Amino acid sequence: MFRLQSFHMYGIIGSAIVVGIISVLIIKGFNIKTLSGEPIVIPDKKFNWGNVYGGLIFGLGWAITGACPGPLFAQIGSGFLVTSVTLLSAILGTWVYGALREKLPQ
Amino acid sequence: MDLINQPWPWYVAGPLIGLIVPALLIIGNKTFGISSSLRHICAACIPANISFFKYDWKKESWNLLFVAGIVLGGFIATQFLSANHPVNINPQTHTLLKQQGIKDFNGLLPKDIFSFDQLLTLRGFIFMVMGGFLVGFGTRYAGGCTSGHAIMGISNLQWPSLVATCCFMAGGFIMTWFILPYLLHL
Repeated sequence: MFRLQSFHMYGIIGSAIVVGIISVLIIKGFNIKTLSGEPIVIPDKKFNWGNVYGGLIFGLGWAITGACPGPLFAQIGSGFLVTSVTLLSAILGTWVYGALREKLPQ
Repeated sequence: MDLINQPWPWYVAGPLIGLIVPALLIIGNKTFGISSSLRHICAACIPANISFFKYDWKKESWNLLFVAGIVLGGFIATQFLSANHPVNINPQTHTLLKQQGIKDFNGLLPKDIFSFDQLLTLRGFIFMVMGGFLVGFGTRYAGGCTSGHAIMGISNLQWPSLVATCCFMAGGFIMTWFILPYLLHL
């Protein structure tokens, strides 16, 4: 995918985004409520430099492991039990982030 | 039945993933995101007095159920729905990877790298442990992964999510073009 030799991933993410955008527009436009009747509120995402630095770091990891967090879980279910090591490392990475957070540029 | 047994094309898989956005919102005002599960797991198991993990993670326990569902989904898809095709990769990529030493194209992941016995090699360690670490660290630093930012965030037209997504791609490209060829030779 990152070699630009396969459209598959872009097709998946792209079509998911299109469906997502349309559904959010419909929900907001028709004021659709949740099943229990509450109004649907999607919090805005505030920018911070973590979006950039963290994004790059995640991207590097994504290309190595071939997976973002979701597929890690799917691979384990598919029988790639060794991915649980990758998952544990990801949890460790999250933990280290939590510990270092205040010292990082935000 | 045969249609379901083939790998699903992007125009089926993608929209299905996209539908998770409204499904979660309508079911209970939940925003789609997966990397937060890593944070909840830390908060539930190893908070260690770190403020980032001191919050009411139990309110987000739906997210842990969600990822458990992903595990189950992977299981069902592999056990019942796939006919064990070799992965459908572009022939150029196939040749490129073979030149770089990969021989196993039969499953989701090449076992030349991703297996328990490879874990003790430097290459396997870098791919699985370092790679995983970068994913966990990076997604929390960015405040989301491809689900939370690329799909949920962009669906709600949030520009920080677009920035994050571009950086995900940049990181991916940098690694693939400049660093991965060296790593594969380790």
